[in-house]
Amino acid sequence: MPLLELKQINHFFGGLQAVHNFNLTIEPGELIGLIGPNGAGKTTIFNLVSGFYKPTQGDILFHEKSIIHLKPHQVTSLGLARTFQNIRMWNSMTVLENLCISQHYRMGYSFMDAIFSTKTYHEHEKAVVKRAMEILESLELSEAAGEYPKNLPYGLQRRVEIGRALTIKPSLLLLDEPAAGMNPSDIDRLIELIQWIREQFHLTIWLIEHQMKVVMSLCERLCVLDFGQIIAEGSPSDIKNNPRVIKAYLGDEEADDDAEN
Amino acid sequence: MRHYLSLIVYLAICLLIIVIFQQNWLNAYIQIVMMFIGINIMLSSSLNLINGYMGEFSCGHAGFMAVGAYTASLLNMGLFTTSSIFGRSLFIGPQYSVFLFPVTLIIAGFCAALVGLLVAVPSFRTRGDYLAIITLAVNYIVKSSIENIQEIGGARGFMGMRQVVNAMNNVINIPWLMIWILAFAGTSIIALKRFVGSTYGKGVIAIRDDEIAAEIMSVNTQRVKLIAFMLSSGIAGIAGGLFAHVIGYINPGTFTIMKSTEIMVMVYLGGMGSLSGSVLSAVLFTVMLEFLRPLQLFKWVLIPLLLIILMLFRPEGLMGNRELSDVFPGLRRFFPSKEY
Ligand SMILES: Nc1ncnc2c1ncn2[C@@H]1O[C@H](COP(=O)(O)OP(=O)(O)OP(=O)(O)O)[C@@H](O)[C@H]1O
Ligand SMILES: [Mg+2]
Repeated sequence: MPLLELKQINHFFGGLQAVHNFNLTIEPGELIGLIGPNGAGKTTIFNLVSGFYKPTQGDILFHEKSIIHLKPHQVTSLGLARTFQNIRMWNSMTVLENLCISQHYRMGYSFMDAIFSTKTYHEHEKAVVKRAMEILESLELSEAAGEYPKNLPYGLQRRVEIGRALTIKPSLLLLDEPAAGMNPSDIDRLIELIQWIREQFHLTIWLIEHQMKVVMSLCERLCVLDFGQIIAEGSPSDIKNNPRVIKAYLGDEEADDDAEN
Repeated sequence: MRHYLSLIVYLAICLLIIVIFQQNWLNAYIQIVMMFIGINIMLSSSLNLINGYMGEFSCGHAGFMAVGAYTASLLNMGLFTTSSIFGRSLFIGPQYSVFLFPVTLIIAGFCAALVGLLVAVPSFRTRGDYLAIITLAVNYIVKSSIENIQEIGGARGFMGMRQVVNAMNNVINIPWLMIWILAFAGTSIIALKRFVGSTYGKGVIAIRDDEIAAEIMSVNTQRVKLIAFMLSSGIAGIAGGLFAHVIGYINPGTFTIMKSTEIMVMVYLGGMGSLSGSVLSAVLFTVMLEFLRPLQLFKWVLIPLLLIILMLFRPEGLMGNRELSDVFPGLRRFFPSKEY
């Protein structure tokens, strides 16, 4: 039974077609990559899956149920978490607070409980903080709990953002260019981290990435997107030698293999 | 015990103020200024929830105040007094005003919160400048609607809320208004503090920091906005009800954009996202307004000027996102925060 299915997705921004007849099925436990030149429509696809945009046409099934009519926080509550291409943390609050707020969907109390400081409120608040601390500990981030995300080094900010996604207890994790802007040693640690969380939290991971090193060492299957359309799909080694892929990348000035690495 | 220290200190201060009022140790003028301080604390802290914590720009807070002021006044006048406009007191005698006065205030708060929906619902789709214009429009809608209802005095407004206060005083002669102001101001601050201190309420701050991330990372932003706007306008409504009974006379002209600006000045003076800042600035601002009274209309040159200077040299306000307990850690004794 597939975890996620995208069926005949078309998406338009006004006159611009950002996604073109996109079909993809992801099985539980897979680690699959989505690559393609700048502006290919990769982030748009993640925005469609996370419910931020409604597809102009087509359907998206998660656990075999259509999710295109759900609001983003409802999609999240089903166990679909993501990170963003440009890190989006809530920067006026601490790392710990960030990881608590992301559990909003299962806040088992109402605002009235908070105002009257009821027992339910304290119990749930305790559970939320406990969960956040557990995640921070497992990612070796306990020290950063009281810091503001923007004061952390870039590599750690990424880690924190992944931690925030994990508080959701996701079954599917979408990572949008997690290695963007990282130096080589950060990238090695990121690859390790992704492998580790995948096993630890039994995740299915779908990632967008330009860094070939990340894609080649992590992904079991790759999907190449150009102008909103899949131009190739297969194992990393197949994709590497696919003439259409090479052409798409070379056609895009800054995106040839050397410049990427 | 330690947990209740701040509450005990507050109650002691309340008791002191009530005794001072009861004994008339301060002249009537200063008593009224103190009541305005309490009301302004409610107004500025409730607006801070929107303008400070949520990062929206609401500039029509006086509109909600008006709804509360009229609802509370009409209910009380209708129920407990005999007047030319409202006829004989309905159903029940004046002596019940003692119990029902706070109830009418809470109803006033509910009505104001309902009018708050006029801002909350559009806020689902729009924000920033556009939402600011909507808040302005709501302020005008409320004011103009009241102006056009002749049954409640239209543009002339009406008076007689003193009779309600007198009715309460006839039962037991204690400073009722000040007592209710202290009670509601204290409750509002506690409610707001607990709300923004809870993970649920921090959803409001998440919306300010990054609404897209909030929406996608599991915050039900519509519900959080709804609660924030209704809580904020509800408290403003209660403050309006108290305000009407302190001055004993209301007309729509009291609740214009001018009044909204006054409240905004308090929020920005105190600091966005700081409740203690709002309390502090409400005290300072109210006292300052009284000192500037001899200048009459010129104070409306001076106050906006103050706002300009503030924005230029200390845009974060007096406290700027910090609470008193951050500035003076010694105060933590009084405001212990729960650690989990
Ligand atoms: N909200 C939007 N409104 C209009 N056009 C948009 C919007 N979002 C994306 N686009 C356009 O859709 C196309 C695909 O954008 P998208 O961000 O999905 O690309 P991408 O593959 O993630 O690129 P990158 O590698 O640069 O992140 C681009 O041409 C972009 O300009
Ligand atoms: Mg992108």
